[in-house]
Amino acid sequence: MSLRIVVCVKYVPDATGDRHFAEDLTVDRDDVDGLLSELDEYAVEQALQIKEAADDAEITVLTVGPEDASDALRKALSMGADKGVHVEDDDLHGTDALGTSLVLAKAIEKTGYDLVVCGMASTDGSMGVLPALLAERLNVPQVTQLSAVSVENGVVKGRRDGDTASEQLEASLPAVVSVTDQSGEARYPSFKGIMAAKKKPVETLDLEDLEIEADEVGLEGAWTKVEDAAERPARTAGTVVKDEGEGGKQLAEYLAGQKFI
Amino acid sequence: MAEVLVYVDHVDGAVRKPTLELLTLARRIGEPVAVHLGAGADTAAPVLAEHGAVKVLTADAPEFTEYLVAPKVDALQAAYEAVSPAAVLLPSSVEGKEIAARLAVRIGSGIITDAVDLEAGDEGPVATQSVFAASFTTKSRVSKGTPVITVKPNSAAPEAAPAAGTVEQLAVTVADSSKGTKIVSRTPRESTGRPELTEAAIVVSGGRGVNGAENFPLIEALADSLGAAVGASRAAVDAGWYPHTNQVGQTGKSVSPQLYIAAGISGAIQHRAGMQTSKTIVAINKDAEAPIFDLVDYGVVGDLFDVVPALTEEVKSRKG
Repeated sequence: MSLRIVVCVKYVPDATGDRHFAEDLTVDRDDVDGLLSELDEYAVEQALQIKEAADDAEITVLTVGPEDASDALRKALSMGADKGVHVEDDDLHGTDALGTSLVLAKAIEKTGYDLVVCGMASTDGSMGVLPALLAERLNVPQVTQLSAVSVENGVVKGRRDGDTASEQLEASLPAVVSVTDQSGEARYPSFKGIMAAKKKPVETLDLEDLEIEADEVGLEGAWTKVEDAAERPARTAGTVVKDEGEGGKQLAEYLAGQKFI
Repeated sequence: MAEVLVYVDHVDGAVRKPTLELLTLARRIGEPVAVHLGAGADTAAPVLAEHGAVKVLTADAPEFTEYLVAPKVDALQAAYEAVSPAAVLLPSSVEGKEIAARLAVRIGSGIITDAVDLEAGDEGPVATQSVFAASFTTKSRVSKGTPVITVKPNSAAPEAAPAAGTVEQLAVTVADSSKGTKIVSRTPRESTGRPELTEAAIVVSGGRGVNGAENFPLIEALADSLGAAVGASRAAVDAGWYPHTNQVGQTGKSVSPQLYIAAGISGAIQHRAGMQTSKTIVAINKDAEAPIFDLVDYGVVGDLFDVVPALTEEVKSRKG
């Protein structure tokens, strides 16, 4: 029986661009180029490796976002995913993490799945809660923050490296997995992969397809409200000295003055 | 006065500092009720009381260590139902955030993560967050349900505020559906004797300029002279010079110490994302044009192989 893998990916504003907020205090997506969140590339990579090790598997890559978010899907498809699902709806503007997890969970259930693979966090919001939110909503095991992962005979195994211990985890499918940037370097799409991606099917879904009411998502339906977003004042220029033999001593002097020594 | 649930992060009853910070912040919103899961509640309770816990709810079950996260969510949900709190606060650790997320879904509440400050507001607690590599500061609140908020370490100085700290057993039933992810084995990390990176008051980090694993002892020696944790940039970690668990940055750990010393780190945006909220920033770098110098309170343009050992010696002699 075919192993159905769904990889959740996010289209994020490029961190090297000038990221800021729009008037409604949502992230301004018009001014900064977007791309597939780097941490999600690791999720795509692990899904590809799981597929390669399986007899029969299919990878669907799933995103929720505006029209441009299809770029993130294309990148994942050019890496080797089989098909895409893009949830796009004007009423999704301003949706927060809980709302996004609701939309993703419905889309995953509609697509059908045995394994959901996510990155450890997005590179923009960087909350790192989505995999746990999804596991709770789908009522399946969460096998998260893995630096190594494998699937065999309907069981997912992985290593979770924490601050104080390294744990070996195990769960029966279906399950939600998240992988860290230690899980393995993501492959670059080949020219052939890029050409093939153009022909791969991408299904577009809206809220109606997922039977979600507009007031459950979006800015109005959000469970959290941003009341203020202020650009951090530039740090006042600090003292910079050139080391001419006394640099270490001068620095010690400064640290002592600040009572760190 | 409204009660506020505080999830206790501890190792066999030894309460970790971020929890004491949470108790301090919780008192701005209401009366802290601590939730201690697992062994060691007897050890933890007096410490929690000393820092303001009016009550300590405890539960211990083998499921907390046999399965990942979900059984602890069952327990925290039981505490939530017993108390009806005004807010639930957890530390912004990997596990803290995962527990918070699942609890939020169950109780139909919004979640805010990585708060760096918390204050009472007319419509509930207001959380300050630092976003976009700390280039923006936002203020947010939960608008549906009971606020579930995770707070980053070093967001407040723990204050003593002795309270009753009455210990009460919490009745917890772990659902079968919470036993999905088995923890097959656990290998404790070897202790370095240094403070934990995300909690440390001082962090000394090395980057590309350290130029090899064999030179990291220089960074460690400076850290040890200051009682600091050791961090590393992604370049140093990817080169295999230092363990990933010490990586500071967007894909590593986010730190917010009183003092951050960057040695041989140029300061790419990905690194800045993980350290820009540090209170005082110091850099040592050969390249006077390195972007890290835009952030510093004090910078030394120089060779770290000269400056770092000299600084270490000076710190040691001053500390006598």
